[in-house]
Amino acid sequence: MEKTVFNGSVKYIQVMDENGNIDKNLYPKDLADKDLIELYKYMSLGREMSDKLVALQRAGLMPTIVPIYGEEATQAGSAYALTKDDWLLPTFRQHLSLIIKGVSIYSIFLYFKGYEEGFNLGAVNNSGPEIAPVGAGIPHAAGVAFSLKYKKKPNVALTYVGDGGTSEGDFYEGMNFAGVNKVPLVTIIEDNEWAISVPRAQQTAAETLAQKAFAVGADAIQVDGNDVLAVYKATKDAIDSIKKGGRPYIIEALTYRMGMHTTADDPTKYRPESEVDPWKPKDPLIRMKKYLVSKKLWNDDMEAKMKEDHNKLLDDAMEKIKEFKPDPKSIFETAFGFMPDSLKEEEDEAVKNNFWQ
Amino acid sequence: MMANMISALNNALDLCLAENEDIVIMGEDVAKDGGVFRVTDGLLDKYGPTRVMNTPLAENSIIGTAIGMALGGLHPFPEIQFGGFSYQAFSQIMHHAARFRTRTRSKMPIPMVIRFPASGGVGGPEIHSESPEAIFSHIGSLVVIESSTPYDAKGLLIAASHLHDPVIFIEPTKLYRMFKQEIPEDRYEVPIGKANVVNHGDDMTIITYGTMSPVVQNAVKDKNVSADVIDLRTINPLDEKTILDSVKRTGKALIVHEDQKSFSVGAEVSALIAEKAMFDLKAPILRVAGFHTPIPMAGYENYWIPNEKRVSQAIDSLLSA
Ligand SMILES: Cc1ncc(C[n+]2csc(CCOP(=O)(O)OP(=O)(O)O)c2C)c(N)n1
Ligand SMILES: [Mg+2]
Repeated sequence: MEKTVFNGSVKYIQVMDENGNIDKNLYPKDLADKDLIELYKYMSLGREMSDKLVALQRAGLMPTIVPIYGEEATQAGSAYALTKDDWLLPTFRQHLSLIIKGVSIYSIFLYFKGYEEGFNLGAVNNSGPEIAPVGAGIPHAAGVAFSLKYKKKPNVALTYVGDGGTSEGDFYEGMNFAGVNKVPLVTIIEDNEWAISVPRAQQTAAETLAQKAFAVGADAIQVDGNDVLAVYKATKDAIDSIKKGGRPYIIEALTYRMGMHTTADDPTKYRPESEVDPWKPKDPLIRMKKYLVSKKLWNDDMEAKMKEDHNKLLDDAMEKIKEFKPDPKSIFETAFGFMPDSLKEEEDEAVKNNFWQ
Repeated sequence: MMANMISALNNALDLCLAENEDIVIMGEDVAKDGGVFRVTDGLLDKYGPTRVMNTPLAENSIIGTAIGMALGGLHPFPEIQFGGFSYQAFSQIMHHAARFRTRTRSKMPIPMVIRFPASGGVGGPEIHSESPEAIFSHIGSLVVIESSTPYDAKGLLIAASHLHDPVIFIEPTKLYRMFKQEIPEDRYEVPIGKANVVNHGDDMTIITYGTMSPVVQNAVKDKNVSADVIDLRTINPLDEKTILDSVKRTGKALIVHEDQKSFSVGAEVSALIAEKAMFDLKAPILRVAGFHTPIPMAGYENYWIPNEKRVSQAIDSLLSA
């Protein structure tokens, strides 16, 4: 006797093509004109913030920066589908997602500057702090989703992982927990084709990353990650499906890391510029702008005004950073919820002997 | 040749690969990129992708598969990109790399060199500045090496390649490019388990290693104090004889490292001195080390990492004791 016991397939969707043309059947109808404008503004802000941080790093004013250039649609489309009480748990790259969730530009600048206080301010609106260890956030997100279910909250947890991050045990293990417990978790794989210098083909021999959902009993879809409407639609549909009692979801967003991994990276070492070129016309901002202009929702004056507003926001955040006074005692005082004598002694000794002057 | 620690290590790896066909370098970004710090730069071109191999991004399986490769007759050199991410591989290191020899009564040793950069002081991102040497030394059955000079780094790495045991080879990020030194181009070994007395004096013994070695040497020079400065070079097994001979002669001991003071290498060295040289001491043992909290992020790390001022204060208080 022989029979097929499992069949799986993964759908791919694109709502808006490179020229800003829309597939009407897939268009997310809950988005009003003002949402479209807001999404475009967010994506622009994400790019400008990333550029600004890189410029500050190059000027010696910031330590290592993680740019998001090229990946704005994946972050904006997914985060925009969340409500205030949904949770957002980022990796180390989703600064724009956090902004959309309500975290301030100032907090993001503050933690890039190397101050934990940036994370502290990040603890608003059910958003987690960025996490450096790759993949480590997936089990957290599964646990957050479990707590939402446990407390009978009508919300979801949404988290991110890179293509590289899907190789970590944490990814499988966290998703597996989510599948077994059928928790309200949406995992966005921000598939930018690279993990520093390692191309996706060296991470997995699987045709898609989305299909990894099958191994854990989750649902999956692949989307054009440079199409903000597709990412929004996939995320919204996933949330709706989960709210109707569906399984956790994996959304693989196909995007591209247009620049360096971080400011410490030199991509010319491992990737010819010619490989980046085909992605330039696929830019998420260009196509959204084309669409808005064609709908008469956007023009050059609005663009200029937006740039001016964003510059001011970014400059203000940087000014505020300069005023930030680190308090070395916080190192001791946040070690526990109480103060052990031995730690107090170390703190007192540091103060008495002027270690910090 | 004049070499900083990166080029010394690169040269050592080249010599190791040339000498022993069973040596395979594996890890994240070690191939085309040459490692994020360029320690493996150029080795892919010279030895090909089966000997200098990018792995999927998964530390536990990097070490786990390296253990299997060692069982199968290879001599893997897995790289963990940053010391903090060695914790992702903790179970494979602790339960398997460290135990295989003893649980097979030496029938199945694990020849393997696990390399990673560690410690802070370079303004790196969060979890890129950890100092895991005490944790891995604590386990037992792991050789733990940490060099502070290009010369030692090369000689110790070559020596490590000839051991038939798992070696944790720690490279202080801050010292990677800090200075250059004349080193032999050819193969040479620095003995494992032997500390180096880098300064000779009579008034006290200062025991250090890794990032704090240059800080201590500067403090000793700036204060013009007559002190033995011992750079441990191998953390496990500890060179007890060199430490005790010196402390018995000087009667005073200061231990300096970047890692947390509590439950640390310094705690072990203090206990050793207390157990075996107590009656030779003229003053209590002093320690200068990181505070007993996780190392904070870049903005705070200079408040946390011991500096020359703290070392000088400790030297003063030992001098007047
Ligand atoms: C556990 C762990 N291992 C290694 C690293 C070093 N590292 C930082 S980002 C990165 C690549 C991540 O690739 P991917 O998951 O695709 O995310 P992307 O950077 O492309 O957003 C690596 C290896 C890390 N931060 N955490
Ligand atoms: Mg990636």
